[in-house]
Amino acid sequence: MEPEIRTLVEIGDSMAALQSRADIVLERARWASSIFQRLDRDQTMAIVDHVAKVAHANADKYAKWAVEETGFGVVEHKKLKNELTTVPLVDYYRDQDFVNAQIDPGRKIVRIPRPAGVILALTPSTNPIATVNFKVLMALMTRNTIVVSPHPAARECCIDAVLTLADAAVAAGAPNGCIQVIEDPSIPLIEEFMGSPKTSLILATGGTAMVRSAYSSSNPAIGVGPGNAPVFVHTSADINKAAQRIVDSKSFDNSILCTNESVLITLPEADSKLRQALKQSGAHLCSDEETERLRRLLFHANGFNVACIGRDATWIANECGFRVPSKTKILVTPILQIGVEERLSREKLCPVLAYHVANNQKQALAQARAVLRLSGAGHSAAVHTMDEQVAIDYAHAVEAYRVVVNAPCSQGASGFETHLAPTFTIGTGYFGRSSVGENIGPQHLVHWTQMAYNSDVSATFGDYSAVNHRFEGPLPEAPSGGLPEPAARKSAPPSVNLSQSSVGGLDATARAELRKLIAQEIRDALKGGL
Amino acid sequence: MSEAKQEFLERSKEFWNPGKTQDWQDMGVDLVIDRRERYYLFDMDGRRLIDLHLNGGTYNLGHRNVELVEVLKAATARFDMGNHHFPALARTALAEALIVSAPSPRMKYVAYGSGGGEAIDIALKTARHATKKRKIVSIIKAYHGHTGLAVKAGDERFSKLFLSEDTDGEFIQVPFNDLNAIEDAVRGRDVAAVIMETIPATYGFPMPEVGYLPAVKKLCERYDALYIADEVQTGLMRTGDLWGVTRYGVEPDIMVTAKGIGGGLYPLGCVVIGEHCGGWLHEDGFGHISTGGGAELGCIVAMKVLEMVQRPAVRANVRTISDYLRSGLESIMDQYPDFFIGIRQHGLVMGLEFNHEQGAKPVMRHLYENGVWAIFSTLDARVLQFKPGILLSQADCEEVLRRVEIGIGLARNEVMGTGSRRRSA
Repeated sequence: MEPEIRTLVEIGDSMAALQSRADIVLERARWASSIFQRLDRDQTMAIVDHVAKVAHANADKYAKWAVEETGFGVVEHKKLKNELTTVPLVDYYRDQDFVNAQIDPGRKIVRIPRPAGVILALTPSTNPIATVNFKVLMALMTRNTIVVSPHPAARECCIDAVLTLADAAVAAGAPNGCIQVIEDPSIPLIEEFMGSPKTSLILATGGTAMVRSAYSSSNPAIGVGPGNAPVFVHTSADINKAAQRIVDSKSFDNSILCTNESVLITLPEADSKLRQALKQSGAHLCSDEETERLRRLLFHANGFNVACIGRDATWIANECGFRVPSKTKILVTPILQIGVEERLSREKLCPVLAYHVANNQKQALAQARAVLRLSGAGHSAAVHTMDEQVAIDYAHAVEAYRVVVNAPCSQGASGFETHLAPTFTIGTGYFGRSSVGENIGPQHLVHWTQMAYNSDVSATFGDYSAVNHRFEGPLPEAPSGGLPEPAARKSAPPSVNLSQSSVGGLDATARAELRKLIAQEIRDALKGGL
Repeated sequence: MSEAKQEFLERSKEFWNPGKTQDWQDMGVDLVIDRRERYYLFDMDGRRLIDLHLNGGTYNLGHRNVELVEVLKAATARFDMGNHHFPALARTALAEALIVSAPSPRMKYVAYGSGGGEAIDIALKTARHATKKRKIVSIIKAYHGHTGLAVKAGDERFSKLFLSEDTDGEFIQVPFNDLNAIEDAVRGRDVAAVIMETIPATYGFPMPEVGYLPAVKKLCERYDALYIADEVQTGLMRTGDLWGVTRYGVEPDIMVTAKGIGGGLYPLGCVVIGEHCGGWLHEDGFGHISTGGGAELGCIVAMKVLEMVQRPAVRANVRTISDYLRSGLESIMDQYPDFFIGIRQHGLVMGLEFNHEQGAKPVMRHLYENGVWAIFSTLDARVLQFKPGILLSQADCEEVLRRVEIGIGLARNEVMGTGSRRRSA
């Protein structure tokens, strides 16, 4: 008979056990954080680049795994998102330095970056791997350590992905424990993590309840609310292009990005041309009967039917008992009113787009405001117009911090088809009861110690060009008495070799080429391939 | 010192242990531990100390670890000490957990004592039964406890007082790190067992030389003696592995664990026995009886201890804490090179060596005055035992180094600065 581990007295659910478990994991993260802050920028970027490369290489594997595990979304689109959140993300921020002190002789101020410390990252089931990649790389860029709490519905793929990134980070010289994952997330356990004094910052992407809970934890939090983007198509727009962009956006990963358009608002003068253009772009315009069936399928008494999240248009139509051509990309449901009584004016994480014709522009703006009042405040909105006055009137009107102009909102508001910062965490700001209103980026994970000199002109500023910033590098490994000394003590001075070897032996030219190829691939996929 | 403490110390002398109570006062350590939590001790007058003594690893997971307290409380709803004669749920469950994580695949049985000393006695008796030989070889200045056989295997400092030293030539002591001495002792093939603390604690943690312990094991095999690993202070992840012997590649025939296995809440000693040594358990299972040994409440706590210490984050933290403290201690050593002359270290098993035959005593006192409690090595007062907990936080480690730097500096000035005549003990 083989011996077994048998627990006779189970205390796993007790508050003491949950607290203790969280504390041990977070303390490991704190230790790692204290060592991470000894690394210089080259060492930091070597880690970032290596982890980004590994995450990029695994984009396809985890796209498939995530779709299989959650049932949400489209593999090829997930793969693309998983890729976008790796090397291109790092390249976007490459010129920003979150490690070295910044010297401003003009104002006689020296700014020293101070990482938050330990970041608790809550990730959603809808964009599990992309969010993991994104948050992990942002943390690494800023020398923060991170504990990822995966959504239970995407648990397995997330755990595997996080552990893979953790191994990659350590292989590139990051401190052990800089990336951890909570392997059995439960609400009481996550609450202990959120409330622990050892958590420096909570980055909460997920359901409203979780986000509010993060804000109630007593710890600093950046939580983001849900989206529900209105899109206004003005008569001045290039209607065909607008329709194409909207359909591309709504069908991208089956509308699983929270930046997807939810309600299209247009004017009577553009109505029939826009309907025609939408059809030509792959939309099915639903009859009243079909719309009513969709209303019943998509919304249950307690909210959106999660079974429909990230499903494609033909699947959804089929569930409603009507057939649409197999190439149908989105379903368009005309609605007469916007507000609590019209469920289709709420957020829909599936390729169903509500379609409303306002009487005039004034009413259109009021309706757009109403969409965001219902849900999605502070999130995203889009407008298609060639008239700047219309665009600015719209942007003033809507309570959204991103207004995408003449671009697909899914990819545009998240920074992948605009020049906004690429992100998988959309700050919903004060409108949306969040602390940050812009796309979350590494700059939000660092505060700065500012050394400020006397402003009196007679007091001179110091020369900081040659001071030692004490990047001491990884801790030397302590000897283990009675065992041979470790062959290479970790205390060996950091060398340029580290950053070169960590990108898999590619030289600078090859890396540039690789980056170009990837960028091109992404552009093609995003623009042409949808 | 408060009046209340003064009065208490008088009572302690009156009713508990006059000699020991007075000795501490003479050494300048007027500690009366009252409240305690995590790695903090609070003196009855309110002063906080960071505990680096841990009673030899008893408080490896901290004082009153919340998870251990919880499991002990929950266990009392179902269990008590149990009946030592009968098959018992918790004793068997802990035995299985220990076998699963034992340092040798040959480990098969677990026998229980109520503490380390009794467990050592069981180990030695088991070895004698298995080999039908009486002689026990141990290390000079070894420490295995104070019970009948264990005390004989240790330094005479503790046996002669009670006229309990070995008088029959059955207990042979050899110098540590001397393979020839071991070979001389066992070559007659009349030795039942060689018992080794993996790193001798009370002797100040001298480190085994590279290859020493595996060579001792080989000699045991060659001359038909059993190898007993005393893992009381080196087990339970203190070296970065669950058992210290594993780090050295030794698979002992018998292993003893105590102190920390009870989580500082319920005393317990466990003897993990290889199948080839466990004959007495078949021949006469009633051969060793211990009413308190393997008390089931203790077994429940011990199972949780085993689970906790093996969490990946704990293992990783042990490495980091030991690297961090090493680095900090080295820089303190650089400041006082004439006094602080060595660091003995394997993971969180550490001894700090001072350049004076009683040097660890003033260091102990100055650390005490600066909020850190670490104790000198009873059998080598040059060495301070430095035993941080495996869950010690980064913030506390930083505190420890800050305070140790101050304390060692003061001790150095006392010992070296104003002349070595002035001794503290």
